[in-house]
Amino acid sequence: MANLAAIERIVAAKRTLPGALLPVLHDIQEALGHIPPESVPLIARELNLSRAEIHGVISYYHHFRQTLPGRHLVRICCAEACQAVGGEALAEHARTRLEGSDLTLEPVYCLGLCAIGPALQIDETTLHAHVTPEKFDALMAALAADK
Amino acid sequence: MKARVYVPRDAAALALGADAVAVAIAAEAARRGIDIQVVRNGSRGMFWLEPLIEVATPRGRIAYGPVAASDVRSLFAAGCMSGGVHRLYLGATDALPWLKRQQRLACRHIGVVDPRSLDDYLADGGGEGLRRARGMAPAGIVAQVTDAGLRGRGGAAFPVGIKWQTVLDAPTSPDCAQKYIVCNADEGDSGTFSDRLLMEGDPFSLLEGMAIAGLAVGATRGYIYVRSEYPHAIEALNAALVGGRDWLGDQAGNFAIEVRKGAGSYVCGEETALLESLEGRRGIVRAKPPLPAVSGLFGQPTVINNVITLASVPGILARGRISTVALAAVARAVPCLSSWPATSSTVVWLKCLSALRCASCCTTSAVARVRAGRCARCRSAAHWAPTCPSRNSTRCSTTRRSLP
Ligand SMILES: Cc1cc2nc3c(=O)[nH]c(=O)nc-3n(C[C@H](O)[C@H](O)[C@H](O)COP(=O)(O)O)c2cc1C
Ligand code: FES
Repeated sequence: MANLAAIERIVAAKRTLPGALLPVLHDIQEALGHIPPESVPLIARELNLSRAEIHGVISYYHHFRQTLPGRHLVRICCAEACQAVGGEALAEHARTRLEGSDLTLEPVYCLGLCAIGPALQIDETTLHAHVTPEKFDALMAALAADK
Repeated sequence: MKARVYVPRDAAALALGADAVAVAIAAEAARRGIDIQVVRNGSRGMFWLEPLIEVATPRGRIAYGPVAASDVRSLFAAGCMSGGVHRLYLGATDALPWLKRQQRLACRHIGVVDPRSLDDYLADGGGEGLRRARGMAPAGIVAQVTDAGLRGRGGAAFPVGIKWQTVLDAPTSPDCAQKYIVCNADEGDSGTFSDRLLMEGDPFSLLEGMAIAGLAVGATRGYIYVRSEYPHAIEALNAALVGGRDWLGDQAGNFAIEVRKGAGSYVCGEETALLESLEGRRGIVRAKPPLPAVSGLFGQPTVINNVITLASVPGILARGRISTVALAAVARAVPCLSSWPATSSTVVWLKCLSALRCASCCTTSAVARVRAGRCARCRSAAHWAPTCPSRNSTRCSTTRRSLP
């Protein structure tokens, strides 16, 4: 229940913002890696919303997740400009490569790197351009190495 | 003064290894005992040359690229700090063929300034629009934006002045006397990353544009809704907000801006869905009317504009009021003006105006000099020979029409 105390602090810090729900959900996900289901009643109480409303928002937005991701979150751009330069083949390769690994693979729709695709993002911090299957394997090997 | 070396922090440059280059440059300079300041600027947009580093020399900024961290040692050995020649040497940045022919308006500070430094922005001519707007009546600001012909860059090309006028005229409800400026930075369409380029490379222009919009319609709060796929843009905006708080909140203005992060919904780029999202709900579009200009964020009159739209505003205010009379006089004297495509009116007006030459004295006009339709030097009225858009050519490169 350590989580709940942390969540309570996060909600308390943001609850007076106008339209506080998205900032609160972002902060929880940033701190815990996901939005635990047990946080929903707490947020509902603090923001004076129904649990259904909170659930509706969490499930509507692709960015929010209710389960913990793997050790790293790898996002591959699947939008048009990247598709046009081999993004789909890369995504397919990545799916096979990461099957059963402790990394989570997700599609993302445009990282704003359309001129240097296929593009890839790791943990919302690191970006990579011109990602070929070979370069992808090298990047994943580096992630595996720094356990 | 420390020698300045520019290494972009734009997401595209980062994806191509700019951070490692910046680290290598700092280390190599330290090893050689050279005192340098590494400035993390925005990208000039030439991604095929990124990471494009620039060194400030007495000859101007000299560019090298694309630079890998492993090139840094040899760059220093070649004397890059004084613009020495190297395999990656590109010459003066401003003389690069792709840049040389451009006239940048909304993007004029990108890549030039340090996006985290308000002083840099002000030194590069930023802030003038807000300074002028502070001395103007709201209706005057709206009129100037209307006269400039600025249209929304979010896709629909709606005239900005008309939208602002609606918000200026809209009454607030008595229980919540608050109007809002909302910036649409949801840029969801693949292939378009100009909003990102601007937010990362020149966030102060956007903040300034929003503050001017606030003065124009009587709003004191602004929100920038940035998609979650752009963490670096969010970081750049927040850093600029810290550096620019006093400047934005200056005396009369007192404008407060907050950056809000989207959450991966394409539909939230639509303005009413975006407002729903800002209010903490699912991004489901609202029925119109009422327009957001009448009943927008939290039911209050709201200006909602795209990033580039708002960032174009400071330049318009900074140029002073171009009277419609002067414009009409110029338009009469410039046959090709009437056939410019209407959608890109601002850019084209300014492009034409700044490329005019007085037929009597041959002075090339700066925009300010054609005010009231007279040449600032010889005082003759409306004898403007067009040389647009490439100066000194007598043929308009858009209409292909030869001029008398
Ligand atoms: C499905 C949909 C997505 C949109 N996405 C964006 C967007 O990503 N960025 C944007 O500026 N405008 C977008 N718009 C347009 C906005 O609704 C709105 O017209 C715009 O923000 C107004 O600003 P402007 O007048 O400065 O262009 C979108 C519209 C629709 C219908
Ligand atoms: S389409 Fe992949 S980054 Fe824009």
